[in-house]
Parts: sequence; structure tokens; C-alpha cells
Amino acid sequence: MTSSVQAPTAAAGAGDTTFEHPKRGFPWGTFGSYASIVIILVWCLTPFYYMTIMAFRQPDYALDNSLVPSHLTLSNFKYAFNTTNNHFGRSLINGVIIGIAVTVIGMAVGVFAAYAMARLQFRFKYLILGAVLAASMFPGVAILTPLFQLFTDWGWLGTYQGLIVPQISGALPLAVFVLTSFFTDMPWELEQAARVDGATPGQAFRLVILPLAAPALFTCAILIFLSVWNEYLLSVNLYNGNDNVAPPTVALAKFTAGPHVQPYTQTMAAGLIITIPLVIVVLICQRRIVSGLTAGGVKG
Amino acid sequence: MSHMQSVPGFDQETALGQEAELAGAPQKPGKRKKIATGEGRLAFFLVTPTVILLAVIVGYPIVKAIIASFQKDRGLNPATGFFDQGGGFAGFDNYKTWLLQQCPKPGGGTIKCPPGTLASEFWASVGFTLGVTIVAVALETVIGMIMALMMHKAFKGRGLVRAAILIPWAIPTAVSAKLWQVIYAPSGVADRVVGWFGFNNVQWSEKWPARIAIVFTDTWKTTPFMALLILAGLQGIPDELYESAKVDGASAWQRFWRITLPLVKPALAVALIFRSLDTLRMYDLPAILTGGANGTTTLSILVVKQIQSGPNSASALSTITFIFIFACAFVLVKLLGANIFPKPPAKVKAR
Repeated sequence: MTSSVQAPTAAAGAGDTTFEHPKRGFPWGTFGSYASIVIILVWCLTPFYYMTIMAFRQPDYALDNSLVPSHLTLSNFKYAFNTTNNHFGRSLINGVIIGIAVTVIGMAVGVFAAYAMARLQFRFKYLILGAVLAASMFPGVAILTPLFQLFTDWGWLGTYQGLIVPQISGALPLAVFVLTSFFTDMPWELEQAARVDGATPGQAFRLVILPLAAPALFTCAILIFLSVWNEYLLSVNLYNGNDNVAPPTVALAKFTAGPHVQPYTQTMAAGLIITIPLVIVVLICQRRIVSGLTAGGVKG
Repeated sequence: MSHMQSVPGFDQETALGQEAELAGAPQKPGKRKKIATGEGRLAFFLVTPTVILLAVIVGYPIVKAIIASFQKDRGLNPATGFFDQGGGFAGFDNYKTWLLQQCPKPGGGTIKCPPGTLASEFWASVGFTLGVTIVAVALETVIGMIMALMMHKAFKGRGLVRAAILIPWAIPTAVSAKLWQVIYAPSGVADRVVGWFGFNNVQWSEKWPARIAIVFTDTWKTTPFMALLILAGLQGIPDELYESAKVDGASAWQRFWRITLPLVKPALAVALIFRSLDTLRMYDLPAILTGGANGTTTLSILVVKQIQSGPNSASALSTITFIFIFACAFVLVKLLGANIFPKPPAKVKAR
């Protein structure tokens, strides 16, 4: 390790001398390396850890402020699914329905545009790509006001379609950008070989491109689903108080245990239920997600 | 028929010669290929659904909002004292209400918007939105840079760190707002932590503590994301550069300023611009954490508050908001010289 080149250490705090005299004194390089890992882990995980132990703590001990798990109980989770005050269980189903619908529509439309962007040469290509990017840059409130009025007229407030359609505005540009980037990086020689061997364009796309692109499509679907699962602004203003269609973020924001009660531990249990599936997916697919994020974000 | 084999995507210049041969088209090296008509038609069919869908879901509402912003809201007409159905042409009155603080006065004319009206909060919320963005994005950039350097340097445990770093990013903002609400609760964890530094009896619901809480929470959640984007940029820098700089006697600090920063700048600039755009339209976090109370109203929160009482006036405000955000984006793009819009291959190559 000492013979390999280290990244600039100015920010990390380890000195140059380590590199030139690796065998003398305290191993600052290794120590700094571990210390920085610990710092990052503490930064990222402490609040999440706190949420987890709060979710398992008895409500009466909510403001214990102890970082050690204590007064453990499962009652908070039971309360989260209790339908007296909240409709949290239902909101999870709604979240899945809305998330899958937006993901499927966004991907089904976006995959063709992305293929064309990456593979074909046509007029106004960069103008269209720019317009797609610009569409994703509008703040949610810019489309919220007119949609609120339109949906009032159409009776779409508090319906599934009223929550699904507006979110395509974010999902579709995301799909186009992530998939364009993935498609551009794919080896096209394989498709050409298939074409030379006599495959029609349709066969080449179906038998060669789609299997190759499957991981990219999967990553893109996860990114879209995550963004829809996280959405709050449009949902909270368009669900119109209808708990039968409210997504989990909305149900959590108005999570209550009755008047004048702060349901800290119960809310943390509900929050944990919303988050855990995401954390599991993210941990399993971290490599793909990171490549998808950097593809969509950096290459833009 | 030839369209499937012909012109490559963004970075496919290398394969160009071969492909031209396949397609049987005359091709001068280095010159852009003529667009085959079949290819254009296929592209048209592939791209049209996306364009139409976005035009309907984004374009139409925005045009509708701009038109509505020039119309009167229904309500009591202060000039006549009668109830107005609204819809008449209002000129720039809705914009003047927000930007120039000209509220309608009973008996006609305008007065300065009195405190307590939503309009009177406008400039404060512009200031707050801009302030949060500048402070939070600056913190995220600096801390994200440090984290990225740490991750880049750490050979062992990089996978573990990368997994951990995705967790704040994966937690929905609504959940993170609720979580930090518990942390900032009276006599909660935040109170105890600031107590160690001698700050006792901090009222987190007051103006400045609440603002700091929002900035800190946003920084916690999005710094890791920033670090990931910067890390991707760092990993593209060849080690040989550092090695030769070291041989030439450059200090760690010099290597950072002269090699790392210039080379990571394109990735950094794009990350910074997208984060700024995101923070300028922030809604979830302050809406759940403080409800926009005590000087924590962002522009997005103000629009939402206005929708119920006057949608046309809210349309004017949302139009102001997106023009403001695009103006900020334009300034940032100019300042940082970033390439956020996709460019034709020739320019990408020159970059």
C-alpha cells in the first residue's frame, strides 16, 4: 500500500512524511484511513441508528436520549398499523401501486427515446435532449398550481391517476437520461454482428440489445421507484385528504397518536418501515445505483 | 433499412469507419455523416411519445399557469366592494403584488402589503430560500469533497463506506424530516449535543435555530450524494499525474489545488448545479420540520400556501419561482462554465 500513490492528503489530515518514510514511527497513513472511514460511518449512520433504536423503544422513554438500545418493545410497529388514527398500512400499498405505475409508464416511454438518443442521428436531437432536461428542472410548484385547478375540474383530486400522472414529469426525464447514458456505453458491435448475420432491426433489439440492457433497465427502474417513493410535494397537495390513495410519505407526515401527544417512537417505527425496503435494495444494488447516479448526474 | 447499422451515438467516433463500410455509404473521415431518411423517421417514432407526454404533463400546465398569472382571482373586489368572479385580465397586478408588495386597497388603488398577508412574506422567503441554498450547498460541497477524498484514499472498507453513504440518500426526505424532528425535540438529543458546547436552552423552533436545523438536516442527507458524484470524478484522475507531481516535489496541498481540483471541476460543477436547483425548490423538509413557521418559508411553501386563497396569484408566484430558479441556474452555469446541457459529439470530444 505504501508504494502505491496516495490521493492528496491535505483534507484527510495525514502528512507527506508517511509516504516517504513508511517504516518509521506511527503508521499515520493507515490510521488516517481507518479514522476517515469511522468519521464517514458515524456521519451517515448515527441518525439512522437512532431512528432504529427509537422505533423499538417504549413510548414513555422516548426522550431518554440514550444511544444504547433500552426499554425494547414491538408495540410501536403494532401502533403504526393500527387504523384508529392513521392509515399507514394502506399507504404502503398505495405507495407500491403509484410507484410501479409511474415506473412502468416512465420506462416504457423513455426507453425508446433513450435508444434513439444514443443510437440514431436525427435533426433537433440535442434540442430535444435539452428540452427533456429542462422539463425535469422545473420546480414541482410550477406545475402544481395549474394541475390543482385542472384536477379539481376533472374530479381527479384524491385519485390514483391524479397522483400518478404528475409524477411522470420527473420520472420520464430521469429514465431518458439514465438510459441514454447506459445505451451510449453499450458495445454496439454485438448488434451489428447480429444484423450482419441477418437479424432484422426488431430481432436485433429484442434478442441482443434488451438482454444486454436488462441490468441498466433494472437500475433505472430502481432509481425511478425510489424517487416516486420519496415524493411529497405533489402527493400531499393532490391527494385531497383521501387516505385510500395517500402514499407513505403523506401518511407519515400526518402520523398522529391523537391530540397533544407527540408519537415520537411510533413515528420512528413507521419511518423505519418505509425506509427498510429502500435500504435493503440500495445495499444489494449499490454498485449499480452508484453507476446509475453518476451516469445520470455527471454525464447528464 | 440501413439505419440500424449506420450512425453511432455520442462517443462512437472510433467505430465510424467500419460502420460506414457496412452501410455502404460514402464517408469522408472526420466529417459528420449525412442523416439517413429512414433513420430520421425511426427516431421520430421513438422520440415522439416522450415529447408529447412531457408537453402534456409539463409544457401545458406551465403555459396554463403563465396565462392564469395575468388573470384576476375571484374574491371581494376592493374597488367596488362586490364579489368578483375573477378571470378578467389583470395585467401585471399579480406580479406587482409579490414583487413590488402592492396589495389592493379598499376603495381602489394599492397599498404596501400589510404584515400577516402571504405577499408580505415574499422577499423574506426569497432571502431564506437563497440563503439556505448558498449555505447548504457550500457545506455539502466542502464536506462532500472531504468525504470523497477520504473514500478515494481508503483502500480497505471502501465498499462498506459506499454502502453506508447511500443510506442517508435512500431515506425519504419526509422520513428524515420526522427523524430530525425527534432529534430537535425539546430536551432531545440536539439539545444535549449543543449543551456540550455550552449552548443551553436553545429553542429549536425559533427563527435562527430553526434555520440552522434545516440547513444541517439537508446537509446531512445530501452530502453523501455529493461525495459519490465527486468520487466518480476523482476516480477518473490518473495516478501517474500525482506520482510525477510528487517526483517534482509538489506538496500535498499543491497537488490538491493544481491537480485534483481542476480535474474534478467538471463533475463538481454539475453536482453543484443540480444540488442548487434542488435546494432552491426545497419543500418537503421545511414543510414537515417547521411547517414554514418562524421565517423558514421557502418559495415552494409560499406557493402551496397561496394556492387555496388565490390560484391565479399563486400561478404568478410559481412563475416567478421558476424564473428565479432558472436565473440562478444560468448564473451558476456561467460562473462555473459547466456543461449541463448535452452537446453534439464534436463539442463533447473537444471537452
